[in-house]
Amino acid sequence: MVDNVNTSSNDIILDVRNLKTYFGTGEKAVRAVDDVSFQMQRGKTLCIVGESGSGKTVAARSILQIVDPPGRIMGGQMLYNATGEPGCSTIDLATLHPRGKEIRGIRGHDIAMIFQEPMTSLSPIHTIGNQICESILLHQNVDKAEARARAIELLRRVEIPNPGVAIDKYTFEYSGGMRQRAMIAMALACNPKILIADEPTTALDVTTQAEILALIKELQLSYGMAVLFITHDMGVVAEIADEIGVMLNGKMLEFGPSEQIFYSSQNEYTGRLIDSVRKLETSARRARKSTVSDRKLLEVRGVSKIYPGRKTFLGGSKAAAPFKALDNVSIDLYEGENLGIVGESGSGKTTLGNCLIRVLSLTDGEVLYRMGDGQIVDLAKSSKKELRGVHREVRMVFQDPFASLNPRMTIGQIVGEPLLVNGIAKGNELRNRVADLLAIVGMPPAAMERYPHAFSGGQRQRIGIARALALNPRLIIADEATSALDVTLRSQILDLLLDLQDKLNLSFILISHDIGVIRYFCDRVAVMYKGQIVETGLADKICGAPEHPYTKALISAVPGTHPRDKRIVNRHRYTIDGKAA
Amino acid sequence: MSESNTPTAPAVQVNMANLRGGIEYASQWTLMWLRFKKHKVALVSMYIVLALYLMAVFAEFLAPFDPEVALRNEGDYKAKAYHPPQGIHLFDTTGGGISFSPYVEVLKEKVDPESLKKIYVADAEKKIPVSFFVHGFEYKFLGLFKTDIHFFGPKKHGEVFYLFGSDRNGRDMFSRVIYGGRFTLSLGLIGVLLSVVFGIFLGGISGYYGGRIDWVVQRLVEFIISLPTIPIWLAMAAALPKEWPPQYQYMAVTVIISLIGWTQLARVVRGRLLSMRGDVFVVAAQLDGCSEGRVIFRHMLPSLASHIIAAVTLSIPLMVVAETSLSFLGLGLQPPAISWGVLLKEAQNIRSIAVAPWLFIPGGAVVIAVLALNFMGDGLRDAADPYSH
Amino acid sequence: MLSYILRRLLSAIPFLFMVSLTVFVLIQLPPGDFVDSWAAAQSASGEVVDMATMIDMRHRYGLDQNILVQYFHWIVGIMQGDFGYSFEWNSPVSALIGERMNLTLILSVGTLFLTWGLALPIGIYTAVRRYSIGDYFFTFIGFIGLAVPHFLIALVLMYLSVKYWALDVTGLFSSEYATAPWSWGRVQDLLNHLWIPMIILGLGSTASLIRIMRANLIDQLYMPYVVTARAKGLSEVRLLLKYPVRIALNPFVSTIGMILPQLVSGAVIMSIVLNLPTAGPLLYQSLLSQDIYLSGAFLLLLSMMTVVGTLISDILLVILDPRIRLEQ
Repeated sequence: MVDNVNTSSNDIILDVRNLKTYFGTGEKAVRAVDDVSFQMQRGKTLCIVGESGSGKTVAARSILQIVDPPGRIMGGQMLYNATGEPGCSTIDLATLHPRGKEIRGIRGHDIAMIFQEPMTSLSPIHTIGNQICESILLHQNVDKAEARARAIELLRRVEIPNPGVAIDKYTFEYSGGMRQRAMIAMALACNPKILIADEPTTALDVTTQAEILALIKELQLSYGMAVLFITHDMGVVAEIADEIGVMLNGKMLEFGPSEQIFYSSQNEYTGRLIDSVRKLETSARRARKSTVSDRKLLEVRGVSKIYPGRKTFLGGSKAAAPFKALDNVSIDLYEGENLGIVGESGSGKTTLGNCLIRVLSLTDGEVLYRMGDGQIVDLAKSSKKELRGVHREVRMVFQDPFASLNPRMTIGQIVGEPLLVNGIAKGNELRNRVADLLAIVGMPPAAMERYPHAFSGGQRQRIGIARALALNPRLIIADEATSALDVTLRSQILDLLLDLQDKLNLSFILISHDIGVIRYFCDRVAVMYKGQIVETGLADKICGAPEHPYTKALISAVPGTHPRDKRIVNRHRYTIDGKAA
Repeated sequence: MSESNTPTAPAVQVNMANLRGGIEYASQWTLMWLRFKKHKVALVSMYIVLALYLMAVFAEFLAPFDPEVALRNEGDYKAKAYHPPQGIHLFDTTGGGISFSPYVEVLKEKVDPESLKKIYVADAEKKIPVSFFVHGFEYKFLGLFKTDIHFFGPKKHGEVFYLFGSDRNGRDMFSRVIYGGRFTLSLGLIGVLLSVVFGIFLGGISGYYGGRIDWVVQRLVEFIISLPTIPIWLAMAAALPKEWPPQYQYMAVTVIISLIGWTQLARVVRGRLLSMRGDVFVVAAQLDGCSEGRVIFRHMLPSLASHIIAAVTLSIPLMVVAETSLSFLGLGLQPPAISWGVLLKEAQNIRSIAVAPWLFIPGGAVVIAVLALNFMGDGLRDAADPYSH
Repeated sequence: MLSYILRRLLSAIPFLFMVSLTVFVLIQLPPGDFVDSWAAAQSASGEVVDMATMIDMRHRYGLDQNILVQYFHWIVGIMQGDFGYSFEWNSPVSALIGERMNLTLILSVGTLFLTWGLALPIGIYTAVRRYSIGDYFFTFIGFIGLAVPHFLIALVLMYLSVKYWALDVTGLFSSEYATAPWSWGRVQDLLNHLWIPMIILGLGSTASLIRIMRANLIDQLYMPYVVTARAKGLSEVRLLLKYPVRIALNPFVSTIGMILPQLVSGAVIMSIVLNLPTAGPLLYQSLLSQDIYLSGAFLLLLSMMTVVGTLISDILLVILDPRIRLEQ
């Protein structure tokens, strides 16, 4: 695939040279894009990868001159050559006026763009059809009926079922994946030469992501578009990139063919990015000595959670139907075991976690927990007093390190709160205990006096773990505890938890949508789909040779890290009644 | 975990240097103050509001004359009705050099030969020297002890001047505006406090318990909000017996105004509580073993408090306007009570304001107070959540 | 959607019932009744009213009956268009309030449209040209409008017009039309007089609407869907009007429910100051003299106006916003 050693200049559709986009002016200006150069080739995919704040999105938006103020293009060239045929002149996009007619003629017509959040990137009060037709009517000389017919055809092209009806729907009536398809249809409306995709799959589930990536790839081939794909996910890059640019702090660190970047990069940062993904393709748990005993710590029997339907006042016509969030879920956890619960959004995994710790009440079933003193308690029916005892032993680490720490309390107060309200320590002793707890998670004691806003996401998550450890727990439920963190931090936090487990005799239930995290951390995995557990098994087995068709689809949709082995193209699609799930 | 072999993870790199000027140690209130300070208009407004309330507290000390007494200069046989405002001259230049000795020029009453109207003309001959900390009418300082010292006034006890002119009865408008501020501003504050009690109580149970209680309280709030306030206030105020003493009227008017004013506060409290009930840090506190009371007071209330303070500040001007309007129509406070609304009642008559436009001055005081409170409230609201962005 | 509107209309019924109950309680609040105040007025002018006459009057007007019975009679009468009898004017209430309520309605609704007409473009301008001189100018005017009570604006305008402009701002009609029957000339005369009260009344609410529109629009201006539309190649003006302005319009519409009670309130107090032939002055007078059926009728109708206004704004919002429309 890599045959661009001798690219003639005619193959280059967009040549960005020394692009500078600054926010603000003078000495204080933030150099969001600082002297960045890259080339895009006809019909090929260029991935620009970088962590949040690297400037990759601003670079992409600079091409169309749609950077929000106070951002401004301060220098450089963006040479666009539409066809490459002789006589086709080259336009420097950087010289066009951002509100002028010329750049507006290129936007949506020559270069189209799709965005990360399909929900907020589409207008909530205009129909999908209205928004697609707008592009067509804007750039092509057709009447409304013709535009509508083309819009329906486009929706069919992006595999939206029943496009004749779907065209008159609003965004909130679409699912996340459908919205992104509609967005792509909109971008394709005028057969653009270049498609810029700004993290288009980040907000989607992994199976949906695979569908969208495959769709983009397929459309790219049939339309002969060049694609500029912005992402933070090296896995996605490995799947789709022909060429890669790595950005950090507004600079382009590296730019080259995909295989060269993945297999022979000399850059230390690029190496770290790739390693942190590859690390999560292994199991850290298996590498350690097993702590699993054969005593059951938790027995979950036939747990159901039904949200009753809402009857509107005066008997509205469309009362919400009852919703079964958990449907007869049964699972065991052994002492010292790490159990993973994996599933996509809406699978009920978070509801399960909340039911296990009784933040939510159960509709049906029992949760039998063996206390430290050997007594067995059914959490589903526990009294408040009993629960208080259980909550000393079963603790929770939350997903969002920013929302889970009260911004108005100091770290010392937050970590000390469980010790204080349970009457375990106060005064100087409390301070010492908190300092110890902070030391356990690798934080200095001086952190105690500070407020959460002084710390980064990873540090806050450590503080959250310290709080969970305060009462010498036996079981920790971690709900997406690493999802909000940058990929390089994820394995750090997981390693910390594993270290703690070795020393403190802990069991974990890790709830995550991320197969990599689950594989890295867990002994056993339960796969959830639409409120049910569809498959349970050892982590290696589930991640390596799954049996249930949904699990197969899920695992095969996870992007790999090897450009030579593009998995998504050969993925397994899970269908119910012939419809893509 | 045994204390002897506490495991310790390798310390992460935490920059403990004081890079951001101690902001890491800043509590909610410090952060709010830092953000509020950036809003210059709000800051200035806050000083104005402070000054107004200080004026209300120390009204007797600041007012040079008794607001109830028709003033007469020695030798005059009757009080000067509708005497125009006089300016204070700080420097006396008549003696040749310039010396700091504040005085007020005396105006002489004359009859305009053409229109036969009473007019006042300057009488350069006569001056009334003005001085600080002079003896005047007797009062009880903060209700503690009797004194007759005033911040400023005529050097010679018994002399008279009118900075804001005089009213129909020859009473000093300047002193009356200061006294009026006491009634109006304190009524605003007390009315808001009553509203807060209603609002926090009803909004609180509505937001914390939800469900049916919430439904009932919300319908009640919607109902009250959809009513036109002034006609309702008028009807309630009209029901008050006219012969009640001022302090009864004062309390009654306060209650009437706050009966309707609590709805906004209830909405703020309910909205915040509802969104906070699902906040992760609140769930975390529950799992930490906190009692319901501790969750509410230790974990939820502090973040609620800042929003309540902002909402309260924004409610005071509504109360002030309400009081002024009611008293202006003669349905709120009644003379001899002095409030800005009562003073403005004097300006109701087109003939009196044509003769004495300075009767509008209490209106200016209302506008300044309302503006300052609004700006300050706006600033507080913006600063109420210092953790956003 | 139709079923929603129907349900919303139905849900207004208990509201209107509560309004009537509140109003009835309000007019019953003062100690004593109309006969007492009438007797007091009579004795003040030297005539003595004996107990028998008072009892007789009470009986005649049904004032000696149970309060619930009185309410029942009152509300049943109103449903049949009979608002009771004004003791003070010796005339049926409905004869006294008709034109005044109409003029109040014209004044309030007219001001509402004026307010919207002004606030919408100014709101858009101040949001798009944030921190420009124009923005500061309108913000300043807006704050003045918010801070100055209606009656004070009316007073100042009255003073200025007498002192400098030799203009009569009181009343809604010239003397020759004041009691004349409706005619084209009378309508023109009304329009000639109406604009000053409308400006006085509208200043405060225009100010708050500008602030609402500005804040809503600023929230919308940087939404991702705006970037999407821009990336399509839409011109800035079309983009602005089609997306952010259109979406910011929804919360704007729902402000009728908030603004109308303010306008009706303001109209009452301003009318008292300017002595306009609207509900205000007569309501004021009837409250002072405890002419309960007259004040009750005004209070009820004014409150109903605002309740119905809230209803209309709710329904408009549903029509405008598909998110709410389709959820119902």
